[in-house]
Amino acid sequence: MEKRLSKKQTIKFTPGSIIVGKWHKKQYQIIRSLGFGARGTVFLAHCEHGRVALKFGFDNAGVTSEVNVLNKFSKVQGESLGPSLYDVDDWVTRKEVYAFYAMEYISGSPLLECIRVKGFEWTTIFILQLLKDLGRLHEAGWVFGDLKPDNLVVTSSPLKVRWLDVGGTTPIGRSIKEYTEFFDRGYWGFGTRKAEPSYDLFSVAMIFVNATDGCKMEKGQDPEKKLIRHIQSHRKLAPYADVITQALYGKFSTAGQMRRALLEQISETPSRARRISKVRMIKRKSKRKAEWKGTLLLVGIILLAYTLYVALFIM
Amino acid sequence: MKKSIVKQILLITDGCSNQGEDPSAIAALAKEQGVAVNVIGVVTEDQTMNGGIQEVEDIALAGGGISQIVHAKQLSQTVQMVTRQAMTQTIQGVINHELQQILGDSRSMDDLSPEKRGPVMDVVDELGETVNLEVCIIVDTSASMEKKLPTVHEALLDLSISLNSRMGSNQFCLYAFPGKHRPADRLLSWTPKIDSISHAFSKLASRGITPTGPALKEVLKSFDKRSRRDLATYGEAAIEEAND
Repeated sequence: MEKRLSKKQTIKFTPGSIIVGKWHKKQYQIIRSLGFGARGTVFLAHCEHGRVALKFGFDNAGVTSEVNVLNKFSKVQGESLGPSLYDVDDWVTRKEVYAFYAMEYISGSPLLECIRVKGFEWTTIFILQLLKDLGRLHEAGWVFGDLKPDNLVVTSSPLKVRWLDVGGTTPIGRSIKEYTEFFDRGYWGFGTRKAEPSYDLFSVAMIFVNATDGCKMEKGQDPEKKLIRHIQSHRKLAPYADVITQALYGKFSTAGQMRRALLEQISETPSRARRISKVRMIKRKSKRKAEWKGTLLLVGIILLAYTLYVALFIM
Repeated sequence: MKKSIVKQILLITDGCSNQGEDPSAIAALAKEQGVAVNVIGVVTEDQTMNGGIQEVEDIALAGGGISQIVHAKQLSQTVQMVTRQAMTQTIQGVINHELQQILGDSRSMDDLSPEKRGPVMDVVDELGETVNLEVCIIVDTSASMEKKLPTVHEALLDLSISLNSRMGSNQFCLYAFPGKHRPADRLLSWTPKIDSISHAFSKLASRGITPTGPALKEVLKSFDKRSRRDLATYGEAAIEEAND
């Protein structure tokens, strides 16, 4: 019972290592590490199902809680929201017992990287997709909790946001246990950490802010003022400032409301016109440059002619 | 179990004790009285905790709690994580005890198959959400801590937000050590919410001594007083909850 936060050794595997579960005797071969978080380490591994993601938690209780969530999650009707759960077991080493679970490996590119490559206009699309899924989750009585780009991945053809890590999902009415400061309503002083749909919608608004330029500012002396000012003055965010601020202040009670408001905003924002004007501006600039060069050449010739004229006729 | 209270001491310090009783012994005493002792060691980027780390770990081990060394920047999240995890640990301890009664020998949750562990953990999570919690926070305000106090203040406000989002009720009290005349001074008596403590920290004068052991002993008394005086009010609160 004396397990402490920092005491347990972080688990490490070299590629090719074979792991066999204590209870179900399933065999996994480690391919590589996928990531390291506050709650555990995830590895890509090969097993009879093909490729899976193996998650090892720092404490066994935490893993069991997450597995409980994943189990209940799979009962949410319709298209699966998070990764499917395949197996739960213990890995016994000479020193310790590590609880782990195997889940579906969702391969795709990280959300922020995808936006950087594809262009900012995709941000709103991804947010709309995210809001649709969140609506379904909320209706089923759950709140995502630790919503942030790291927990999202974009799968290709067609491009679609999917949830990578749903371990922080909490029943509505309880308290959020896991969060990331920048995306957390409590951190910015905009409300409690009670699991309610508006908690997730705050995080969605912060994902929007974070996605524009990867900005992760600190809250400073007056968090509210700083955040709102940033959103209103940012060139890319300003057109959506109204929707974002309403989400921050918890004005939307459902994901559907926020989604509709964002859709209206997008149709009102003349993004296409601005893009063309941007291209024109560049063209005009280069034209101006050419004109200027021409003038310079002309002045040069006149000067030369004048010098020749002076040299030949006056001297 | 629903009406029972989880009791914790949270010690926030940055170094070694240098006066009075061994803090680990006092922490063990607290554990005997049903109070878990958690310790957070705060360091800054340019400073390492010379030798203090061992003491931090020893106190938490003896006190049946959790220890963590952090940079001042990450204090907020650590404080809430440690408090929560320690609460889960206490509840798990109780559940494990029950399991041993039922299953015999030295069986604990970890000895159950993953399928059986799930429902047990559901109960632990449920209790963690609904149980009443008493946290007595004790902050080291010696000279080296001075610059970190605004961060500590912020972390405590944050802890209050986190715990008050739970369904169960909370009680906090706050001490600073070394005190003016005693090992520790009380800055805030039992309250359900931490909000106005900024002025309390500014009054502190720092001295060179760090009487961690005696300070813990002083703080432990606050639980004694409480259990005698406030049992009645707790009973009421529990009944109110049941009616909801």
